[in-house]
Amino acid sequence: MFLFIVKRLVQIVPVILGVTLVVFLIMQMVPGDPAAILAGEGASQETIEQYREDLGLNRPVLQQYVSYVGNVFQGDLGNSLKNKQPVLDEIMLRLPITMELAFYSILITIVLGLGAGIISAVKPYSIRDVSVMVIALLGISLPSFWLGLLLMYVFSVKLHWLPVAGWDGPLNIILPAVTLGLGGAAIVARMTRSSMLDVIGQDYIRTARAKGLKEHFVIYKHALRNALIPVITVVGLQFGSLLGGTVLIESVFAINGLGRMIVDAIRTRDLPMVQGGVLVASLVFVFVNLLVDVLYRAVNKRIDLN
Amino acid sequence: MEPEVVLQVKNLKTYFTTSKGTAKAVDGVDFTLHKGETLGIVGESGCGKSMTSLSLLRLIPSPPGKIVDGEILLNNKDIVTMKEDELRKVRGNQISMIFQEPMTSLNPIIPVGEQIAETVRLHQRLSRKAAWQKAVDLLELVGLPSPEKRAKQEPFQLSGGMRQRVMIAMALACTPEVLIADEPTTALDVTIQAQILELMKDLQKQIGMSIIFITHDLGVVSEVCDQVAVMYAGQVVEHRSARDLFNSPLHPYTQGLLASLPKIHENQEELQTIEGAVPSPYDYPAGCRFADRCQHARAICRAEAPVLEAVGGTESKVRCFMYTEKWETAAEEEEVLCP
Amino acid sequence: MASKATVSPNVDLAKARQHTRRERWQSFRRVMTQNKAAMAGAIIIAAYFLIMLVAPVLAPYDPFEISLEDKLTPPSADHWMGTDDKGRDILSRILYGSRLSIGVGVASVAFGAFFGIILGLIAGYYGKWVDTIVSRLLDVMLAFPGILLALAIISALGPGLVNVTIAVGVFSIPLFARIVRGSTMEVKQLEYIDAIRTLGANDFTIIVKHIFPNVLSPIIVQGSMRLATAILSAAGLSFLGLGAQPPSPEWGAMLANGRDFLFSAPYMAIFPGMMISVLVLGFNLFGDGLRDALDPKLKK
Repeated sequence: MFLFIVKRLVQIVPVILGVTLVVFLIMQMVPGDPAAILAGEGASQETIEQYREDLGLNRPVLQQYVSYVGNVFQGDLGNSLKNKQPVLDEIMLRLPITMELAFYSILITIVLGLGAGIISAVKPYSIRDVSVMVIALLGISLPSFWLGLLLMYVFSVKLHWLPVAGWDGPLNIILPAVTLGLGGAAIVARMTRSSMLDVIGQDYIRTARAKGLKEHFVIYKHALRNALIPVITVVGLQFGSLLGGTVLIESVFAINGLGRMIVDAIRTRDLPMVQGGVLVASLVFVFVNLLVDVLYRAVNKRIDLN
Repeated sequence: MEPEVVLQVKNLKTYFTTSKGTAKAVDGVDFTLHKGETLGIVGESGCGKSMTSLSLLRLIPSPPGKIVDGEILLNNKDIVTMKEDELRKVRGNQISMIFQEPMTSLNPIIPVGEQIAETVRLHQRLSRKAAWQKAVDLLELVGLPSPEKRAKQEPFQLSGGMRQRVMIAMALACTPEVLIADEPTTALDVTIQAQILELMKDLQKQIGMSIIFITHDLGVVSEVCDQVAVMYAGQVVEHRSARDLFNSPLHPYTQGLLASLPKIHENQEELQTIEGAVPSPYDYPAGCRFADRCQHARAICRAEAPVLEAVGGTESKVRCFMYTEKWETAAEEEEVLCP
Repeated sequence: MASKATVSPNVDLAKARQHTRRERWQSFRRVMTQNKAAMAGAIIIAAYFLIMLVAPVLAPYDPFEISLEDKLTPPSADHWMGTDDKGRDILSRILYGSRLSIGVGVASVAFGAFFGIILGLIAGYYGKWVDTIVSRLLDVMLAFPGILLALAIISALGPGLVNVTIAVGVFSIPLFARIVRGSTMEVKQLEYIDAIRTLGANDFTIIVKHIFPNVLSPIIVQGSMRLATAILSAAGLSFLGLGAQPPSPEWGAMLANGRDFLFSAPYMAIFPGMMISVLVLGFNLFGDGLRDALDPKLKK
């Protein structure tokens, strides 16, 4: 196991380098003189040249990339164009908020998704199953930003049960987390159902029944544990779209997380900020996937063979 | 004095309702199993033998399958009408099963010892530890080397033959009265097949259980079975002792099956085959289901359905007009009709 | 004699393949028409495309005409979906907006499919180091969570619908490439590909004429599913103000505008969102059905 983790850690190094390369190259694509953009609007020619010198923008691209990666690994993501503060400081303020939102959302995704999927699979094609699956289909079809607005309208504007926006107390977490979690829950529910149905049709489930086990045990001890193996991967991937989804949801509910920071930075052309935000979010995702891999492997020892 | 009857199946019908109609997979099966005896149920694939075996423990996937008629009497108690919790006490305890595919019939993520111990705990009042010890003992009984170590392993770490031994150990955990073996050796190599058959015979002697052996392999039947029921198109067409069946098969279908076996001692130019195809379970002919493939068939065979009857005061039963009084009358009529 | 010997297997192969293709098409049609959900999806999609075509005929008002005295009127007989904060008829805007919202989705998937298919075919067909490079590249693209890669691209190219199309399209590339790569590797091993190669076909012919048609069905399934997500992502980016700019009647942009009037005029946000939802639902229903019909293996 330890060896496996080390191996996976080594394997993600090229992915991380790739991510930094993509982020770096995208910023190279920006039309116009990067030094002029970095110096800010209305900067004098002298200031622009000063920037070019300081940031090494007159060096070859490859050299620039190497120094960029070097800086990244030292935690230097550059300075914001707006307030000249280190990008990392801002990210460190914002990231915990986004992570908290993501945590509660993924919790909803897992609990609701698994529950609904199991309920469906236990009695396939029953009214219960069909209604759960119809809801799940709606769940993957509704735009999260619209669902968020609808929930906000019903629970905040009309019923006054929950605060409209912001991030001040536990009540503030509910709507965004539900909005963000529901879409993932729908996907997990669909996956759990098909995985469960697949497993319930397996020979070893027939064996379990032939032993005289109660249906309850057949489902929860023999079927569910096997059915969960592929679902783990889906949950891991779901975390990625969830992180991406925070961008929209933080905007809907006016939460000052990482996602909103990136969007605001794009609007104000604060490129180092965008670069840093996208990079950090991607790194978080890469490490979450690593975690999922390790978990997957802990549950499913058969990977050894492959 | 005849040994007592353990299991008697009467007019068992298991139908499957699909979009194409109703498939009569098992359509009026009768057979009797005595204590300590091995009954072979033989037939081509699709004849309903596996569905019969699954019906015995009500393991038919439902929907679409359903037992629509008949009785399965285990010591005179009908399994068909049993309540769920009563049925669970029969499963794995009085009647247990081993399946064709040892590769897929064990839960892939549970150690094999635990899978056996689970069965033991389910039907016997034993502690976790005692049940585990019993599982290890059982693995030793079925000849698995280093059972202590193997018990802790998961199925993927075992070979096909070892897994089938585990399945047998699991099936024997509660010393059942009846063991149903559904093609237990089909998926295994020939040498492993022989070992498994030998093991089953040994264990039967030790435990004194009855075995229902489902197979398409007549060679296996001749090795292990006392009685044989030959199935065709969802019905038993011949039910008698293995010796009689191999010496003088009665039903034309059985005759065809035996003729299609390669014989080592004779010089055969080519193997015989039975012409024609098995009728569809969605639409059986009105008369004898074998009539279209039978060289002896007469008008009566297509008009009336034969029943499974004892032949001339013997224990042998066959479903064929050739062994009834109707046959001669039918012959005379036929001559009148087509001179 | 010699010429016959080389030609006939080729003809036979072609015939056999045509035959199975027709059979496949028939069974596909049967499964699709029997699948009520897939049919519902197809009808929804058809309805939207119809709306797209005849929007000018259907629209009761000019979608851009500002009429401040009519602003924020709730749905009524005159304005079925009400009017927005500038007095524009929401229904007319939604009808016209269909062209933008559907167009961006379709264009971005086409963009992603085009590059994804090429990458996948090349990686799957040539294998070895080519495959390694392409696969690593795809890994990196998939390492970006959700629409963040699209955000990064937009930050470089600048906001706008065309850039949103490209950004969302880029995110589709690895999804298509992976599937095509896998299928190509499977098809490549089939015997008839070897047969064709021994008959002297070059790589390009083999890939375009023989491998590509065989990997089409997973591409179509993926395309249909991807359209749903692409339309959602593109609308999302416009919602964030990074795509269509006012006064464009793109649905995501209309929704963003409606958010500011959620208290007083919730219908401004409700109708565009509903249009997106039903369309995406249609693609999802249709995609589920397609998957069951075309690829029984994926039925799970």
